[in-house]
Amino acid sequence: MKFIVNGEEREVAATTLHELLSLLDYRGRWLATAVNGELVHSEDRIKRTLAERDRIEILSPMQGG
Amino acid sequence: MLSLYGTEFASRLLLGTARYPSPAALAEAVRKSRTEIVTVSLRRETAGGRSGGAFFEMIQELGVSVLPNTAGCHSISEAVLTAKMAREVFRTDWIKLEVIGHHDTLQPDVFALIEAARILSGEGFQVFPYTTDDLVVAEKLLEAGCRVLMPWCAPIGSAMGPVNQSALRALRANFPEIPLIVDAGIGRPSHAAVVMELGFDAVLLNTAVAAAGDPAAMAHAFALAIEAGRQAFRAGMLEPRDMAVPSTPIIGKAVFQ
Repeated sequence: MKFIVNGEEREVAATTLHELLSLLDYRGRWLATAVNGELVHSEDRIKRTLAERDRIEILSPMQGG
Repeated sequence: MLSLYGTEFASRLLLGTARYPSPAALAEAVRKSRTEIVTVSLRRETAGGRSGGAFFEMIQELGVSVLPNTAGCHSISEAVLTAKMAREVFRTDWIKLEVIGHHDTLQPDVFALIEAARILSGEGFQVFPYTTDDLVVAEKLLEAGCRVLMPWCAPIGSAMGPVNQSALRALRANFPEIPLIVDAGIGRPSHAAVVMELGFDAVLLNTAVAAAGDPAAMAHAFALAIEAGRQAFRAGMLEPRDMAVPSTPIIGKAVFQ
């Protein structure tokens, strides 16, 4: 399926958010995820199913003022 | 002690973590500043979660509290979602709430800020709002649930220092029990000393330290200035007068003619 991942179109054979993270090699502990503007807690990623064109945000810590 | 949402801190300097020449320079500045709170942010991860993780693990090794921000957000929905994602990653209810309203001055959109603060306070966040020095906006933020105010003293990164001291004085006079932290516009240690002399509780710095020739030395200089300003405020300062007042007593002075 095609998804919008961090603003870029990606084709990934994933049906859940957990699968998508794994297939795109996101393995860090310090990640926050949202689908279509809604936070998805880390423990809920395994059951969060995805649909074509879902907008997925994957954020991690960075420097800030 | 500085008390923020029930937690006490000895240091009155909060330090941003952006724009340092290297991670080592950031770590040394944190140590020299003696800060106990640093600000951090969230951005899109492109390296599988490893680049952000490495940064945050370095911050954790410094043993300081983190204050995540919503920098770069321009709407209520963006700021609220970013705050929730920050809580997910950083495991804290603290959020430095920024809702930017103007591209050039980075002036906060105070209307959106108040609404976002109301939503987040209702969801259990402890909100540190980046705001202007407007007294009425400050009142509305307190009504929205904020128990700390973080007004600018000049635009972010401008280094202009406190351009409207009377507004800062009014905030202090009207909210004597609320922790007030100057959050933007400080350029040099004397600026920080001035706002501390006005009775502010703390100063949040980033660019003035990170972009200095020697960030660690500048961090130490700011720590000293902030402590000096605080002690001066508590000691009670002489108010300016229009006329001279002799410092040496006149009584007993010899008369030679």
